Formats: sequence, structure tokens, C-alpha cells
Amino acid sequence: MEIELKNISYFRDGKYILKNVYFKFEKNGIYTVVGPSGAGKSTMLKLINRLIEPTEGAIFINGVEYKNIDVILLRRKIGMVFQRPFLFEGTVKENIELGPSLRGEKNIDALFYLEAVGLSKDYLFKDVNNLSGGEAQRVSIARALANSPEVLLLDEPTSSLDPTSTSIIEELIKRLNREGIMVIWVTHNMEQAKRIGDYTLFLYKGELIEARKTWEFFENPISEVSKLFLEGKLKEMIE
Amino acid sequence: MSTSSLIFASSLVFVAIFISYYQKLGIEKEIIIGTARAVLQLMIVGYILHYIFSANNAFFTLAMVAIMILVAGHNASKRGKEIPGIFYYVTFSIAVSAAVTLSLLVLFGNIKFEPQQVIPVSGMIIGNSMVASGLSVSRLKDEIKNRQEEIEAYLALGATSRQAAQKVIKMSIKTGMMPTVDSMKTLGIVQLPGMMTGLILGGVDPITAVKYQIMVTFMLASTVAISCFTVTFLTYRTFFTKQHQLRQAF
Repeated sequence: MEIELKNISYFRDGKYILKNVYFKFEKNGIYTVVGPSGAGKSTMLKLINRLIEPTEGAIFINGVEYKNIDVILLRRKIGMVFQRPFLFEGTVKENIELGPSLRGEKNIDALFYLEAVGLSKDYLFKDVNNLSGGEAQRVSIARALANSPEVLLLDEPTSSLDPTSTSIIEELIKRLNREGIMVIWVTHNMEQAKRIGDYTLFLYKGELIEARKTWEFFENPISEVSKLFLEGKLKEMIE
Repeated sequence: MSTSSLIFASSLVFVAIFISYYQKLGIEKEIIIGTARAVLQLMIVGYILHYIFSANNAFFTLAMVAIMILVAGHNASKRGKEIPGIFYYVTFSIAVSAAVTLSLLVLFGNIKFEPQQVIPVSGMIIGNSMVASGLSVSRLKDEIKNRQEEIEAYLALGATSRQAAQKVIKMSIKTGMMPTVDSMKTLGIVQLPGMMTGLILGGVDPITAVKYQIMVTFMLASTVAISCFTVTFLTYRTFFTKQHQLRQAF
């Protein structure tokens, strides 16, 4: 899938959250999106999932403006995983089946998706309230996978997890990417961005400052703002 | 009851004023204004009802009911004043619940279509609908605001607005209905309701008063269910766009 953000802006409460962003996600890689808080990273994901509408500009999916694509179909093809897993009351199985069941599908192979995220069949009938944070997040990824997405948008899915769970999810996402799913991953963790990203986008005050191969961005940032951000001195510059 | 005994009864208000003064609550003025307004409003209503009852005209009766619905709609819509069009949704819901319940009561022969019966019964129906629909709207607004991320997680999975809001819709309808359902459980034990008390005070046999009260109980169960259901389903849509997006303005 190819996603083109064509000069998109998002304006809210009297200010630009995203400003004139142009970028084309065209290769089947893992894109990490980094930047300080309030840079517009999560907003970018919500715009791609069409949970919100761009104030200016347009988004094209495989060359078609996404306003011309059925929004429900679009969201199935572009899955999204949030910082908090937001599992719904019930069992793991019911949660995994949720996406397909919303459109009336039956006979969903929940076990297949559960195993895809590295959880055994013992989890299938577990109450979601009895899952650890890492397990819950893996179930939320399995739930997104049950919609057979071509793209996964991840909004800091490991930010509240321990290092072991984080590592399991990173490996899982890398494997899913190798199997053909494009990943756009918002993270605050620079080490994580470096570990998993093929390409990195750096946002600052709603503007896309840099978008390059991850190793290039971290080893040789071009813009002064990127350098200061990576050196942890951006805050001083703001002040 | 004679006018002089009513004047004597007004001394009870002085008890409230005295307690306020003694405890320095500072609401003496409020009590006096409240009492004056209550007396004035009730006297005006009394004269209007006296006129309508003696005229025995269907148009006047329905006009009175319509005014009650409009005032109730205005009052209940304050619970969700940020929501565009809320006055119309609430007023429509109260009107539907009143129309359905009143029609059934007349159809079943519980009451006759005459002002002495229709107006007081409408008052009970509309009053309860007003409180119930106000509660539903208020809960709906709060739950959607508090569960914004959860609703968006649902939408992101390909849910429609209706599917994503199903949980809060249920909660809102339930919130509006629960006070009536709870009061039904304790009726006659904890409280002797208004209609029954009024009839007994008016000299009606308690068994007959109970029959009327049972009718009122059935009627209120129906009316709050209809008004909560209608107002919730009309209102939840305003929180979403046609593209199944949660509006950011609320």
C-alpha cells in the first residue's frame, strides 16, 4: 500500500497541530515517527486512519484520495493500535473477533491471530481483566490483525510496558512487517526508533523537519533542530 | 381546606427562615422569593386550569399540554446545552413519550380525554420525562467525553458510530430510567406517592387511590423508557460526523 500525505495541515483550538506535511509512505518498511510531545505525531496517525479530517491538503491511498474510499473499509485496511490497549469486557477470543464481527462475519479463526502475536491457545478464553499489560497489548495487536490490515499504525504501544514485553512486541512487529504489513510507529523512545525503524520521520511543532533512512537520521541529522533534539537540547532551544 | 387554614400553614415557612437565620445559612431571601414564586405560579396555574376545566375544550387542553412539553424541553435541554439542537431532541422525546403514554391510557379507558384528567396526568408524564431525558443527555455527554479514546479505538477497528457508541447509549438510557425503576421498588413502603396521597387527602377510598397509583406506576415506566430511548438515539449522532469520526468540538 502507498500512502501519500499531500501538504496536509490540521488546525485545532486556534493553532496548527500539523502544518503542510508532505510525505509518501511507499516502501513496505517500518517507519518510526519521532519528535517532542505536541509535535503532531499522534495526530498524523489519526489523520491516516481518518479518525479526524485534515483541515488542508489531502491523503491519497494507492493514488486515490481517501475521501473517495469507504471509511470503514479504509480503517480495516489501515489498522491502529493505541498506547492503551482498550480491550473490551469479555474474553480474549471475543476481543479478537470484534473487528470482523462488527461487519457480521462469523467463523473467525481467533486462535490463528492469537498465535500470530505469540500467545498460546490457553489465552483464548481468558478474561481480558486477567492479562498483564504486555499480553493485553499483544491481544490488541491480534485484534487489529483480525481485520487483515495492510498497514499498522502504532501509537506508542510499548510506552507503558516493561522491557521484556517491549522486546516481544518489537520482534512481533518486525515479523509482521517481514510478512508484508507496512508499519508506522510513533515512539518517544529514540533507542526503539533506532532499533526497529527502516525510515524515520522527525516532526517538530507540527512540521515535518526530516524524513530519511533511520540510520542516516540518527548518525547524520541534517537540520539543526534534529541535531538538538537528538542531543536532548531541544528544550533549551525552546526556552 | 379553608383560605384561613392555608394562611396558618404558611407559618411553616417561617420555621425554614428561622433555621436559616439561626444557622447563618444566608438563604432567608431565597426562601422568601421561592415561597412567593411558588404561591404566585400556583395561583396563576390554578386560575388557568379553572378556566380550561370549565371551558372543556380539546384545543385548550392540548395547548396546555404543549406548553408543558415546551417548558420541560427547555429545562431538560440545559443538561446538554453544548449540544447543537438539544432543545429539539429533548422536546421531541418528551412529546413522543407523552403522546404514546397518554394515547394508550385513553385507549385502555384508564382516563377520559377531558381536561380534569388529561392535564394532571400529562403533568406527571412530562415531569418524569423531563428529569429522565435530562439525566440521559447528561450521562451521554459525560461518557462520550470520558471515553473518547475508547470510542476511537472502536472506530479504528472499523466500527460504525452506532457500534462504537453502543456501550454509552446503553449507559445513558439506563441512567435516565433507574430513578423511576428504583422508586417503583419502594413504592408504598418508603414513600406514598403524590397521586395516591392527593386522592386520599381528597377523601377517595385508599383502594381506589392505590389503583390510580398502580396506573401511574405503569405509565411512568413507559414514559421514561420512551423518552430516554428517543433522546439518547437522537442525540448520540450529534457527537459523530457522517464519516464515523468523533467530533472534536465537544
